[in-house]
Formats: sequence, structure tokens, C-alpha cells
Amino acid sequence: MLRATLKSLLARKLRLLLSGLAVVLGVMFVSGAFVLTDTLGRSFDAVFADAYADVDVNVAAKPKVELSEAEGEQVAAPVPASLVDRVKAVPGAADVRGVVAADGARLIGSNGKVVTSFGPPQLGENWLGEGDLVKLREGRGPQADDEIVVNAALAKAANVKVGDRVGVLTLSPKKEFTLVGVFGYSGGRDSVGGANEVAFTTPVAQQLMLGKPDVFSNVTARAGDGTTPEALRDEVSRALGGAYDVKTGEQLADSASAGLKEGLSFFNKILLGFAAVALLVGTFLILNTFSIIVAQRTRELALMRAIGASGRQVIGSVVLEAVAVGLIASAVGLAAGIGVGALLAYLFGKLAGGLALAGLGVPAAAVIGAFGVGMVITVVAALLPALRAARIPPIAAMQDVATPDRPLTKVTVGGAVVTTIGAVLLFLGLSGNAGDNTLATILGGVLFAFIGVALLTPVISRPVVSLLGAIFAWSVPGKLGRLNSGRNPRRTAITAAALMVGIALVTGVTVILDSAKSSISSLAEDTIKAELVISGASSGPRPASFDAAVLEKTAAIPGVRLVDGEYGDMATVGGKRTWVAASSDVAALQQIFGAKATAGDIGRLAPDQMLLSSDTAKSRNLSVGSTVPVQLSRGDARTYTVSGIYESSQLTNPVVLPPQAAADFAIPQPIQGFVQLDPGTSVAAVQPQVERLLADSPEVSVADRAAFIEQQTSQTDTLITMIQILLALAIVIAVLGIINTLALSVLERTRELGLLRAIGLRRAQTMRMITVEAVVISIFGALLGVVVGTGLGAAVVRALKDEGITDLVLPWGQMVTFLVLAAIIGVVAAVLPAIRAARINVLGAIAHD
Amino acid sequence: MTATVGRQAQAAARANDVWKVYGSGEAQVIALRGVSAEFERGRFTAIMGPSGSGKSTLMHCLAGLDSVTRGTVTIGETTVTGLNDSGLTKLRRDKVGFIFQQFNLLPTLTAHENIVLPLSIAGRKPDPAWYDTVIDTVGLRDRLGHRPAQLSGGQQQRVACARALVARPEVIFADEPTGNLDSRSGAEVLTFLRDSVREHGQTIVMVTHDPTAAAYADRVVFLADGQIVSELIEPTAETVLDTMKKLDTPVEVGN
Repeated sequence: MLRATLKSLLARKLRLLLSGLAVVLGVMFVSGAFVLTDTLGRSFDAVFADAYADVDVNVAAKPKVELSEAEGEQVAAPVPASLVDRVKAVPGAADVRGVVAADGARLIGSNGKVVTSFGPPQLGENWLGEGDLVKLREGRGPQADDEIVVNAALAKAANVKVGDRVGVLTLSPKKEFTLVGVFGYSGGRDSVGGANEVAFTTPVAQQLMLGKPDVFSNVTARAGDGTTPEALRDEVSRALGGAYDVKTGEQLADSASAGLKEGLSFFNKILLGFAAVALLVGTFLILNTFSIIVAQRTRELALMRAIGASGRQVIGSVVLEAVAVGLIASAVGLAAGIGVGALLAYLFGKLAGGLALAGLGVPAAAVIGAFGVGMVITVVAALLPALRAARIPPIAAMQDVATPDRPLTKVTVGGAVVTTIGAVLLFLGLSGNAGDNTLATILGGVLFAFIGVALLTPVISRPVVSLLGAIFAWSVPGKLGRLNSGRNPRRTAITAAALMVGIALVTGVTVILDSAKSSISSLAEDTIKAELVISGASSGPRPASFDAAVLEKTAAIPGVRLVDGEYGDMATVGGKRTWVAASSDVAALQQIFGAKATAGDIGRLAPDQMLLSSDTAKSRNLSVGSTVPVQLSRGDARTYTVSGIYESSQLTNPVVLPPQAAADFAIPQPIQGFVQLDPGTSVAAVQPQVERLLADSPEVSVADRAAFIEQQTSQTDTLITMIQILLALAIVIAVLGIINTLALSVLERTRELGLLRAIGLRRAQTMRMITVEAVVISIFGALLGVVVGTGLGAAVVRALKDEGITDLVLPWGQMVTFLVLAAIIGVVAAVLPAIRAARINVLGAIAHD
Repeated sequence: MTATVGRQAQAAARANDVWKVYGSGEAQVIALRGVSAEFERGRFTAIMGPSGSGKSTLMHCLAGLDSVTRGTVTIGETTVTGLNDSGLTKLRRDKVGFIFQQFNLLPTLTAHENIVLPLSIAGRKPDPAWYDTVIDTVGLRDRLGHRPAQLSGGQQQRVACARALVARPEVIFADEPTGNLDSRSGAEVLTFLRDSVREHGQTIVMVTHDPTAAAYADRVVFLADGQIVSELIEPTAETVLDTMKKLDTPVEVGN
């Protein structure tokens, strides 16, 4: 039996290859995700181990507000300069240094633009001289207060050289410095982990990066002779009495690396999500292939039964075939995944400014994941056809059994049940009744909905396919193709369903994002009564900011009625982390945003008062007069009294603090400015004047309101494009499915094609017939996908109504594009099977058996 | 030997010194060894012979389904030998009708659609009077809307005959048309084929190994070992059987 199975497997290499390809792609994503995270994780480890190589013990203040990697660089509270002497006094401590190092030193390049960074920090430091790690390449260290050195990576990115006058943005607005040196690192590296570094003299660094004289970010020490880093750490910790975070360099490297790895796990989840989609589509494909193969082998299998093979042996032979396909596909997928992982790691390293990659690693999880997923999916998908194979009666070997059209009742009832389960899960998840499992419930609902619709597809396919086919029925080949696409509803259905999944997901996501974008745009248009907006595209997690003096100068421009500058920070408010804003002019804020007070007075704010949105007040159970402790990124905790509560909307911040609080924000400069003009003042006249004021704040620009709203919502478009690109994979797999189904159908209908050719069908007509069949199937799949995706998207949009997504936008243009694309996909998928059909040897086909 | 009966009538199909060789060297098989034959217009000719005699090969070569190694084949005015694929397709579509032993019909089409399929492919419409005549002759008027799966074997074969006839081809080639039918359905089909020759002047060439079937023909050509060895005019089942017996003996000895 084993031998017979393997022989039949070899005889159908090509057919299995196509279905195996789907598994290969899915497995590729699974193993690629693991390889990528492993490689980058180890690269980060190496970077940080290196960055802290000359630190044995590090002393820093405990952070005031915990931030995740995505929310920006941690702002550690500075430590007093006197700490250096206290650490020096600890026995065994050698080489004690006070270090200034904080994110947010942005150099203005020779082209006048701010050098940006996606991910790695832009560090502003005090120059501590050369060491084991830092090596000057050119010039000297900074000696005067207007001198700086930069690392080689930044010098290259900014295109500046020793002797240039360069501008740097820090906590303070733009300041000019002379570049006196460029440094690199041991091993000839330009940067450690892609970071850009600017080093000032110590007092300047303290003032610009930490905002105060005589403070450091942290104090480092080396373990002297006869002591270990661990022993010194414990010694320093004891001497300082637990008020500071004392860590060894190794611990520091580990925690720094762990923070980045957390960000990577997000990446990993996205890749695994797409692997799941690929595998779902692949399952349909494999199920279909094995069903067709079993149908074609009916006689062969019946003969096996007739000569004594048991039903179980028949199942075994089909499953064994699946195992073999799964095994080969998993192995190929793993190899491809390693390649993809390596490629992505390389691109990531390039994007992150030259991250030195550790050697490529293939973690056990990648191998186990690849084979586990690949084998399970293949075998599960083949199980149903295997059971069907076992039910073939031995007598089928003797007869030319026309397999009767099995009734679709069972499938339809099953499909209706599964679809209902999916709808119920979706409803539970979207209505917020699923508690902590909301995401899992929604995903489960989507999965069930897809499978349910796939099961219902055979019933739907009859009327829809004949309707679609009617478009092509004007020619004989078209009519034949249309009839062929309707002759095996199950096969057509599964093939179309595979295409449905990808297109439904893209359509659904587009409906949701477009609706969100439109809702926010219209809300902003209705709400924001500012003709001009100062803002900038953020570089990485840190928002762009500008000089607060611009606000006052703008207010002085004739024709300007109101100016409001907004500051933002992540703070701990009453024990909970919350995004807080500060406004330079609360009265202007109220007018520009048309905020309505629900309690108290929101038109003014004393230095110890705060405003809350109605949602925040409600959820925190606060009212006017409540006192709330607030810990900002810098400084000590302060207590504010709630003086007013305003109605919540999509555009309001949960908490508004007085302008004085902004000094303790991580970024003590305004990040957005709203300008309202006197009625009748020309926007075009004021805009250039504001622009001139912003000359020293190159990160931001001034735009009219429409441009601002467009800029704020344009990220949605990028997101949509990214998702479309990734989901295109699912569509590619579906195309493989169509090719596979057609190729198998052509094979199955060899005699029929021979007959048609014998009675005079030309080659071109034969090809047209196959193409029509493919186009009908793929348009049917796309149509289903558009309908299901619109349904899912609309359901989500409705559920988010309370979150402010009030508009439902259907991407009609996109839907039409999908249908056109589907027609093209059909034509492309038909090429090989059609050529094959046209090449059929007429005599061989009709003499066949 | 050349079969020359009815030379006065113009031939609908003609084979002239046709050789067909498969393979080469050790594995070489000579299926036809210089066959020359004419199939007169308006007559019903049967080709008979034992298995492996080359009768099916001869029919395939005549119908333009297979190429000849040497010699020429003509259908009506057209020289089949040397035509390319589109030429052959056009020939099959316009000048030739086929009836096969089995799998004659497209399962997705109704009986009516199957019957007019060759005309539809060519973009023509059937002549309504002739179509009615054909449908009435095969007696399928009440079955036209049925799919092949809903028809009996005999009915399916009659649909195939109607399809071959409706285009009024130069010649109809039938390959064991009754091979899969019970004797009664077989007799119906053969009667119908003979009637279409007698009443409508259709030319039919039928390959068979059944002496009873061959007896319906006007003439029987016997093939053995790739050559025409004998022929009968106005055959009966008995005379055909006798001839076959004579043919079988030397072949078996030869083996």
C-alpha cells in the first residue's frame, strides 16, 4: 500500500506542487517571523552589551512615568551632580563619571532640514573624552560652550564637516554651534545601534538636555581592582540607601534590549497574522486539490478496494500523501522563511541606521512552528477527501460511474450554522460583551464567518455563476466555459472562497479605515475654528516641536485673533497613566475647539488647576473641586484641583493643564499651534508671516486647516496601502488555487476536450473557453469577498459608533478595482491550463481508455 | 490491392498508398502498409478486421485525426495530408462528422445543444427543415431538453448521430458506434445510419468488429495486418462472419 501511494504521489507531482505552494508560503511567513525576531533580538543584545561595555555600575533615578517603547524614549529624572562624589566615596568604585545622555538632540543638516531617525534615539550628551568605546576620528572634543562633536553616522546623515556652524534643536529652540570633531567607535563603527549622537560640554549638555545646571542623567562607575561589578553594585546601593536604581552594565544592557524586543514582538504578531491568513487560504486550496484527486482516482481506489484494501487503508493512503506533501512543503517553506527572515532583518538594519546584525539564527521555534503548522494544515485539509475516498464502493472500478451530484443540503445547513456562530461571535465581540477576550472573539467570529460563507458558497454559486457567465454567453466557447464553471459547485465554491478571504479582508479593513478617516476629517472640519495650524510630521515616536516664542510673535501679527499652543506629555494622573495636554491659552483653546463646559469654568485655568474631559471625569469619578496628584515626566508630583469639565469628543484631550506645567513635560515646547484670524483677514497674507517666524523650527510648518486635516489623516492611507500589500499574498495564493483547479479540471476533461476538438473547436476557442471559466470563478470570488468584506467592515464601523466613527464610507472605486483585478487574475490564471487544454492530442484524448 | 467498387461515383474520402509507422528501430510497428481505398459518396461502408489489423488507424488517418507516414488522404476536394492544425480543425468542423463508441456528448449541454454544437462552433445556424428531418428520424423530439445523464445509452448514441448528420458533412466516421449498446438499441442506431444513407444520400464509414453491424453496410472492406485483404458488396452477417474466419486463421498462424 505504501509503495502504491508513493508511486501515485510521484505520478502527480505537478498537481501537488501547486497545492503545496500555498503551504510553503504560509510556513515561510511563520518561520520568517521567528528568524527575524531571533536575529534582531540577538543584534540588539550585542548592541547594548557593547554600548555599556565600559560601564560596570550605573546609578540613575527611578523614572517618574513608565513609558513603553512605542510611546517614546524614557525620560529619567536627572540626578544631582553631588551624586558623583557620593559614588566616588564608595570603596572599590573607580572612574566615576557623571553622564548626560537624553533623546531629543536634533541636528539641522546642511540642507536646512532636521535629521530624522526612525527608531534609534537622537542622543544629546556631555563629552567625556575618548575611551575603550569612543574614538575621535577628526578634530578634538568640545571645549567652549558653542562647540560640539557628533558621531560619524550623524555627520554623514547631516552632511556636515569639522569647522561648520550647525544648528541643534534640544529642549531649547535652535542654537548654533561650531562642529569641532567627529567621533566613531571601536571596530570602526559609525554608530552604536543606529543612534545619532551630539556631544556638548558638560554644562551646556546639562542645560540643553536636562533643563537644569548641575544635574546628570546618570552616574557610571567601573569596578576597581579586587571587586566585581555585582559586588560594587551592592556596595553602591547600600551607600545610597535605595533611593536610586543601581544596576550593573550587564543588567542595563539586558533591560534596554528587552524594551526593544517588546517592540519586535509586535512585528512578530503582524507576520504571524499574515501567515494565518495565508494558511487559511491554503487550507481551502489543499482541500480542493485532494478532493479533485480523489474524484479522479475513483476507479483506482475502487480497484484497490476490490482487490482487498480496507477503507482504513484507503484513508491511510490519502493521508500519507498529505503527510508527504506537508513535509516537503514545510521544509521548503522553512528554507524560504529563513531567507525572508534574513532579508527583512537586513532591511530593518538598514532602515534603523546601520544596525550591525548578529549572525543569522534559526530558533527551534521556527523549525517546530514550520513543520507543525505545515503538516497539521495539510493533513487536516486532506482528511475530508480521504473519508470520501474510503466510501467509494469496489463496484465503482467496474462501472463508468458518473458521480452523481450529491445534494448540497448538508453543506448548506452546516454553512448556515457556522455563519450564524460567526455572526454571534462578531456581535458579542463588537458590542463589548466579550470582556477581556474581545479581540479573540472578533477574530474567531471573522474566521467562522469565512468558513460559513465558504460552505454556503456552493448554493450561492449556482445562480451567481450563471448570471456572471451570461456576460460571456455570446460566443460558443464563452458559453461552454460558463457551463463548465457551474458544473461542479463545490469545486468552484472552494476555489472562489480562497479568493474571497483575501479580498474580504482588504475590503473590510478599507471600509473601517476610510470610515474612520472620513469621520475624523468631518469632525475636525466642524470643530476646529482655526484658519492656520502649526504642526510637523513626527520623526519616530517623538513629536515635532517648535519654539514657544513663535506663539507670542504670531499673536502680534495684525489680523490674528487667537493663538493657542498645545503641549503634550504622558503623565501619571491620580495613579493612572494618561496623556495630558497643556494649553498656552485656555480661553483660546475653548473658542477654537468650541468646547462646551459640562461643569465649572473652562475659560481660564490657574497654575494649580486642571480641566478634565467629561469621559475622564466620569471614569475616574471626579468632579469640580476634586484634587488629583499629577506626576509629569520631570519634576515632582503636584496636586491640581479640577476647575472645569468639558464635553468629550474625538479631538479633545482627557486632561488639560495650565501652561506652567509644560516646563516639566518630556518635550517642554509646543507641538501644535492653532491660529484663528479676525473675520475678513486673508489666510494667504498671514501664512507667510508665520512661516518666517518658524525659520528656526524646521521640524514644523504652518498649513491651512484643510491641509492640516489631510496631513493628520494621511497616515490612514499609508496603513491601507501596507495592509493591501501584505494581503496581496493571500490573493496570490488564491490565484494558485484557480490555476490548480483549472489544471485539474482540464486533466479531468481530457476526453471532452478531445471530442470538442474533434468536432471542430479551434485552439484559440479552446483557450477562450478555459479563460472564461477562470474569469467567472475569480469574479465570483471577488464579488463574494467585496460583499463579505463590506459586511464585516460595516459591522465594525457600526460597533465603533460610540467611539466617534459616525460615517460609513464604502470604497466603491476600490471595489470596482477588485472586480477588474479579479477578471485580470482569471485571465492570468487561465494561461497555463488553457495552453495545456489547447495542446491536447485529439486522437490521444478520444482513444483514451 | 485496391478497392474499386463504384468508381463511377465520386469518392467522398480516398486513401492513396497510406503507410502508418509508429516508433522506430526495434520498437517499430507498422500499422498500415500501403492502403489505398475509395469511399463513394452516398454509401455506407464498413471497415472490418481483427484486433490490431489497423482498422481504427485507417479511420483516424482518413478523418484527419492522425497523420500518415506516407501516402495521401483526401476528403471531397480537400487533401488532408499536410494540413496544419487549424486546417485540420476546419476540415473536421465543416466536412467530417464523428460518432464514437462512447463519450460522445458534452455532459453540460442539453441534447439539442449537443446536436447543434459543431454548427455553433462554426458560427452557423442549422437549416430548420433539415434539422426537423434529422430530429424526427432519430425520434428524439421529446428529449431535446434533456442532459446526456438523463438519456439512455441508445438515446445518447442517437443524439451523437443527429449531431453528425445535422451539419451535412462530406463524410461521417463512426468508430464502433454500437460497441457499448445492447443489441436492440444497437439495431436502432444502425437502422438509422443506413436510412440516412439511403434516404438522404449521406456518406458513412464505420469501423466495427461486429459482423451483424457490418451487415447493415452496403459494402465491407476487410483489413488484416495493415493491408486491405478482402471486400464484400451487399454483405449479410453470415458472409461477413465467413470472411472473418478465413482472415483470422493465417493471422493466428502468423503469430
